[in-house]
Amino acid sequence: MSYAVSIEKMDKVLKELKKKYRVYAPIRFEKRGRYSDTDLIRYAEIDSVKDVVYNEKSDFSPKEVIHPITQTLFHFTEYEYRESQIDDKEILIFAHPCDINGIKRLDTIFLENGNNEDVYYKRLRDKVKFVLMECQEDWDTCFCISMGSNQTDDYSLAIKFGEDQLSVEVKDNEFEGFFASEEEIDFTYKFVTANQEEVNLPKIDDKEMLKKVYDLKMWEDYNARCKDCGACTSACVTCSCFTTSDVIYSENGRVGERRRVWASCQHEDFTEMAGGHSFRNTPADRMRFRTLHKVYDYKERFGEEHMCVGCGRCTDRCNQLISFSKTINKLTEEVNRLQKEVN
Amino acid sequence: MSENISLPKPYKITDIIKETEIEYTFRVEADLEVEHGQFFQISLPKVGEAPISISGIGDNWLEFTIRKVGKVTNEVFELEVGENLFMRGPYGSSFPINEYKDKDLVVIAGGTGVSPVRSTLKYFYENSDSIKSLYLIAGFKDEDSILFEEDLEKFKSEFNTIYTLDKEKIDGFEVGFVTDHIAKVPFDSFENYNVIIVGPPVMMDAAAKEVLKNGVVEEKIWVSFERKMSCAIGKCGHCKIDETYVCLEGPVFNYTKAKDLLD
Repeated sequence: MSYAVSIEKMDKVLKELKKKYRVYAPIRFEKRGRYSDTDLIRYAEIDSVKDVVYNEKSDFSPKEVIHPITQTLFHFTEYEYRESQIDDKEILIFAHPCDINGIKRLDTIFLENGNNEDVYYKRLRDKVKFVLMECQEDWDTCFCISMGSNQTDDYSLAIKFGEDQLSVEVKDNEFEGFFASEEEIDFTYKFVTANQEEVNLPKIDDKEMLKKVYDLKMWEDYNARCKDCGACTSACVTCSCFTTSDVIYSENGRVGERRRVWASCQHEDFTEMAGGHSFRNTPADRMRFRTLHKVYDYKERFGEEHMCVGCGRCTDRCNQLISFSKTINKLTEEVNRLQKEVN
Repeated sequence: MSENISLPKPYKITDIIKETEIEYTFRVEADLEVEHGQFFQISLPKVGEAPISISGIGDNWLEFTIRKVGKVTNEVFELEVGENLFMRGPYGSSFPINEYKDKDLVVIAGGTGVSPVRSTLKYFYENSDSIKSLYLIAGFKDEDSILFEEDLEKFKSEFNTIYTLDKEKIDGFEVGFVTDHIAKVPFDSFENYNVIIVGPPVMMDAAAKEVLKNGVVEEKIWVSFERKMSCAIGKCGHCKIDETYVCLEGPVFNYTKAKDLLD
């Protein structure tokens, strides 16, 4: 069923929902942007649907709700580790289709890879329901259609935002009661059907071709361009890598906690082992690694889909103006050229 | 709620053997099913975690030979007999011992690379009837960095051994890299055999090339990789090479797979 819902009514619903749910949506942090006089849009808990930024792309993805930047894993003394606890609140996340698909990629890593479930991810993920937000425009760096991630059926509510009214599709019976007295309308969520940006994906058929891809000159361009900052990986909804960090309390140095913190394959120390040996020692190597993970080897491993969902945030965030869609297209051109040489 | 497999557990240290100035073997009480070549994630409160290969397997104990090179391993060296070593594991793939039985086996190990293969060597030392012959080439940088001296001495009685130091000449040791001695192995006389190569990446590369030159086929070569790992269970991403996670499919790989694992 779909309903026309006023902002005021939706805020009343939100107030009710917040008794059971933490409700996260992209909201505006004024003057907190990267450059002076710019805003930052990122996920946080909301008190009013008026705060939801639905007509601009958020700088960061909703992944931090389920895979936080910093997360306590264990509390420890010198004699024992005790698993950290969380409260029982459920989670509702306002998200566009690409991000919901992106979180499916995280599910693959955290809940399937290695045939084991990460308890810290699972305990948050199991609580999550999605409120799908209609994309009212195709932003200039989006390429969800090329990645097949412009659609999803994993949502409880679907919303089209208007100036003073919302169109709400209720898919999950749990929420039907909140809207029963509202005006029924004929609303179906519309997925984006065209992007300005189009990406051609590389076809790397075998390890021989992969070796040639490793040796491509194109990667060397990034030695000068990429500054190893990792902004791309922190903005990416599908980047899941982390490291752990132990923190000790100043009052009692034998007691503390082990935390999980985001890590980036673009940082030089990502592969560095005790003793100093490391792999992929240039920005070119690391750019190749990230690119191939997103549009080649994740699919090689898991079979169904590429890791990248085409949200374009890595492009938006790169302070060296590296466009990921252009990188993929360049790679595909090169692979096609190599393919011709073989034939 | 599913079991938290990243929860470290305490293992009591029963012995600490000083191998070199910077490498100690820690024996802990452990009654676990482990396989030769697997590893544990050593996990010290306050300091953190690091993957360490199992260097010895007993009835109710395990040994880990640890080099003092980083913040985690420095802290391990502060531990004493009777204290607990927190760990989680075992993780990863192992050397296919059954496939090696009743055939000839060549083990080429360099430096700390002897650790992951030591329990395999000990197994065939104690069960020497189950293997046709074992050729061991073990190389170290210099006299001060020789590991497992007692074992190396014992192995001489059951295996064909070549021990070598990079540059120094001392009794019982040849001079040169392990690769310089590979041609001495009579590969031609073997009917069916396997080759294990473990050591620093450059040494494994060079040794693999050398054995291939001696007519060994890729399928018979086994290597063990070392990578940074935060989780050891396929989540943290540090050890990934293309679609392969070293913590899950490795650390032991057949060369047919390993040769394509490029960083």
